[in-house]
Amino acid sequence: MEIFLQQLINGITLGSIYGLIAIGYTMVFGIIGMVNFAHGDVFMVSAFIALIFFLVLTTWLGIASVALALFLVLIIAMVLTGLLSWSIERIAYRPLRGSFRLAPLISAIGMSIVLSNFIQVAQGPRNKPTPPMVRDVIVLTDSNGYAVTLSYKQIIIMVTTAVLLAAFWYVVQKTPLGRAQRACEQDRKMAALLGVNVDRTISLTFVMGAALAAVAGTMYLMYYGVVNFSDGFVPGVKAFTAAVLGGIGSLPGAVLGGLLIGLIETFWSGYFSIDYKDVAAFSILAIVLIFMPQGILGRPEVEKV
Amino acid sequence: MTDTAHATSRPGPDYAKAAKDALLAGIIALGIFGPLVGLKTEQNMSNELIVRNDMASALIIVAIVMAGRFLLSAFVFPRMGARGKKPTVANAIDEGVKPDRTKLYARLGLLLLFLYPIIVVSLLGFQGSLKWVDNFGIQILIYVMLGWGLNIVVGLAGLLDLGYVAFYAVGAYSYALLAINFDLSFWVLLPVAGILAAMWGVILGFPVLRLRGDYLAIVTLAFGEIIRLVLINFRELTNGSAGISSIPKVTLFGIPFDASPDGFAKMFDLPLSSAYYKIFLYYLILLLALLTAYVTIRLRRMPIGRAWEALREDEVACRSLGINTTNTKLTAFAIGAMFAGFAGSFFAARQGFVSPESFVFMESAVIVAIVVLGGMGSMIGVAVAAAAMIGGTELLRELTFLKAVFGPEFNPDQYRMLLFGLAMVGIMIWRPRGFVSARQPTAFLFERKAVSGSLVKEGHG
Amino acid sequence: MTTERWDNDPVLTVEHVTMRFGGLVAVNDLTFKAGRGDITALIGPNGAGKTTVFNCITGFYKPTMGRLDLAHRDGTRYMLERMPDFKISGKAKVARTFQNIRLFSGMTLLENLLVAQHNALMVASGMTVGGILGIGGYRAKEKEAMERAKYWLDKIRLTARADDPAGDLPYGAQRRLEIARAMCTGPELLCLDEPAAGLNPRESAELNELLLGIRDTERTSLLLIEHDMSVVMEISDHVVVLEYGTKISDGTPAFVQNDPRVIAAYLGVDDEEVEKVEKQLDVLTGEAG
Repeated sequence: MEIFLQQLINGITLGSIYGLIAIGYTMVFGIIGMVNFAHGDVFMVSAFIALIFFLVLTTWLGIASVALALFLVLIIAMVLTGLLSWSIERIAYRPLRGSFRLAPLISAIGMSIVLSNFIQVAQGPRNKPTPPMVRDVIVLTDSNGYAVTLSYKQIIIMVTTAVLLAAFWYVVQKTPLGRAQRACEQDRKMAALLGVNVDRTISLTFVMGAALAAVAGTMYLMYYGVVNFSDGFVPGVKAFTAAVLGGIGSLPGAVLGGLLIGLIETFWSGYFSIDYKDVAAFSILAIVLIFMPQGILGRPEVEKV
Repeated sequence: MTDTAHATSRPGPDYAKAAKDALLAGIIALGIFGPLVGLKTEQNMSNELIVRNDMASALIIVAIVMAGRFLLSAFVFPRMGARGKKPTVANAIDEGVKPDRTKLYARLGLLLLFLYPIIVVSLLGFQGSLKWVDNFGIQILIYVMLGWGLNIVVGLAGLLDLGYVAFYAVGAYSYALLAINFDLSFWVLLPVAGILAAMWGVILGFPVLRLRGDYLAIVTLAFGEIIRLVLINFRELTNGSAGISSIPKVTLFGIPFDASPDGFAKMFDLPLSSAYYKIFLYYLILLLALLTAYVTIRLRRMPIGRAWEALREDEVACRSLGINTTNTKLTAFAIGAMFAGFAGSFFAARQGFVSPESFVFMESAVIVAIVVLGGMGSMIGVAVAAAAMIGGTELLRELTFLKAVFGPEFNPDQYRMLLFGLAMVGIMIWRPRGFVSARQPTAFLFERKAVSGSLVKEGHG
Repeated sequence: MTTERWDNDPVLTVEHVTMRFGGLVAVNDLTFKAGRGDITALIGPNGAGKTTVFNCITGFYKPTMGRLDLAHRDGTRYMLERMPDFKISGKAKVARTFQNIRLFSGMTLLENLLVAQHNALMVASGMTVGGILGIGGYRAKEKEAMERAKYWLDKIRLTARADDPAGDLPYGAQRRLEIARAMCTGPELLCLDEPAAGLNPRESAELNELLLGIRDTERTSLLLIEHDMSVVMEISDHVVVLEYGTKISDGTPAFVQNDPRVIAAYLGVDDEEVEKVEKQLDVLTGEAG
């Protein structure tokens, strides 16, 4: 029971991070039908931006309040990562829109290689450990020496995720930008004819996805306290799995899928074997795609003859 | 009409606009490179992470970006705009290549490949040639072979496989394990490794082949990763991340390449050198690659090859013509996997060591990139792309003179993959259909005419 | 009820076929027969379920209910509703074309016609192994396949363009090529989905000639969906009319043409006229009952 509760808490935390990244995949796929392969690496870069600014704020500028520093870091990371993603879309994807279908995918894989190797060159290949930012934990139960704990960082992650998702949901559902996005998803040509600025809408979609990935990056850095240039790939693939599991194109699906993948991973590690936790995640991806390609909340694709 | 009028009365470069664009690009570049390059995170003596200011490097990059953007805005884009909607350069090249010319190039290339070790040895001697035969010749040919093998799956059948390296791994581990545990020779195990890889191709292919589009790509990626993770974690069999070492070398019909009395050097009374083995390996992989090419060319003219291409063009129409699309896809998967298995066992024999490190996703991505950059379905394109991408990045290792420019700390090797990625993006934007996009028909009544790449579909998977 | 020609020797018997998509009933309890050696036309307004019927016959959809029975000249029978699509075309020999042409546009005309002969050539190439090694009679068979392709290219008058990519052809020629490709599979029944759509009058006349040729020279039965009434009336031997997934008329072109229900449903009438026709219908059905 204790293990169950502990893994549930850990799983929701991890799942929040996956869910935030998954939204970026699902939104881009929804609007231009492309798997943005570089998104995992955008997430990794955002964690580096967060790391750099956390150090600058605390050591150079001497901000003593961790809460304030974290808040500022979050904002900066969201802005700069959004900018990065905007540039990537502009340089590597937009010229290829409407051409050969594989071209954007290859371009995205190229971009993913560029991002991780750029960070390796610019920031060095070693792990970047930070001192723990938030230490406090709440002990929920303590029996037979196994304490179930809920740490402050986990609370921060869950609350931040929930608040940002609510804000994000409002933007997508209630604002003209969200309406333009949904219009482009349905029919890009028609949306353009009706006066929607399609290029701008797609750019903003990339920016929004990247901003959420930056939240995930900041949270990841705070949670694990270490980041490496190669940390983009595995969380990226898992978040994509989450997006597919929830039904690609569906925003609630991405969050649900993220939580499920997080829970599956932590429970698998808790009860079976840590070694094979990634195998479990990848197997689920394969199984879901084979037997339920539309995902949990997605719409089935009907083949027209 | 208005287009031409516009083009002829084109005013000089709009410097004001270009300056504005450059400024904007500079601000963005500062936002991105400022922190990521200008603020370096490093560990100090007491192992604490600190930030070191390196804004000068960041500003150099920003300046380069601004200058580049200015030149693009002022000169390149207006000129491209003036050229207008005329057929692009890419198209012109498509139509320009005559089939007989292609054949001539292919023959010349083949001749060069066979003479390459001889040329290198005569120029640099046996010892000096080692690097050029091994790092360039063999390395490139392995990727040419993998590219040609994957070309069957991606280029012909139109199924995007992002886990191709898994079959390469199956081939490598099959050879390594069977050679060590059962003491079998390379020549026996080469076909075995191919068959095992093909079998895995069928096993993995079967469940995924009804998937469409990017989903197929992602599931094959997942399978590739699963195989790698199993190789890492199944320590009893594979020795985990540490890998398997002292894998037996290839022998020339029983003659080993070593210093023993019945070794190659002694037998022919030659001075001892590891170069013979390398040259032998070079010809071995060349023959394996040519086998791949030969089989592919023959298969394209068989019903199965035509069915693959038809599948890439339109799966529904294929089914309406009585073609069993599942079997057709599976054969493509299996044959592609088989060649990866051959290449894998060669790789294991050449390195004498295999570990899961060699079979990461990035390898699959590189092979897919080679196929797409070369032009899907084109054998020559794929070979050129492999030579350019692998050879080009290998060449970077040689650029030691850059140390004189950037200081002794500078290591060109670490820029290898960065440039590789940039080249992938650049080539896709320059030629989304790859170097050779025209398709050669497999049969003709009167004359063989290349099909323009714009008509050839890329498949759905 | 007189027995019509198609009742005696049907190539295709459709019995009580229903196709539902969720709550939508696209085809409702459809029963009809297509005679051997006939050109049978399936007509009806947009959304009447004609293409759905085609997709059921050719196996792209599995009907929710009902039977589809195909009888070859030699008496072999196939239950189409139980066969996967590629077997329906490969074994039961039902070929089809598509409403929005589906050619292999990056392959040449000749290649398109060779792909259509895949199954025969596959056997001849010894499932590829023999072909690669150059043993077996593959070469001769391939030559034969080329001859057949050439025969059909002559028929559709595109021989001169044999080595051009199919995607380069003008629209009307693409339609003809699609028919030729279907014929290269050697079908017992050829299903054409709106073959005359988008053709100009001259091309349309050529098409009629081609279809009549297929019926008379190749002895292939045809089933076609068509909107162009001139084509339907000119060449078909038997017409089945659908409206909202239900059959409303079945008979010779002359019979169908004069059927008031068809006039009302298909050709379209003013509202008052509909009422008038409905009244007449009531009278008619009243008399019948």
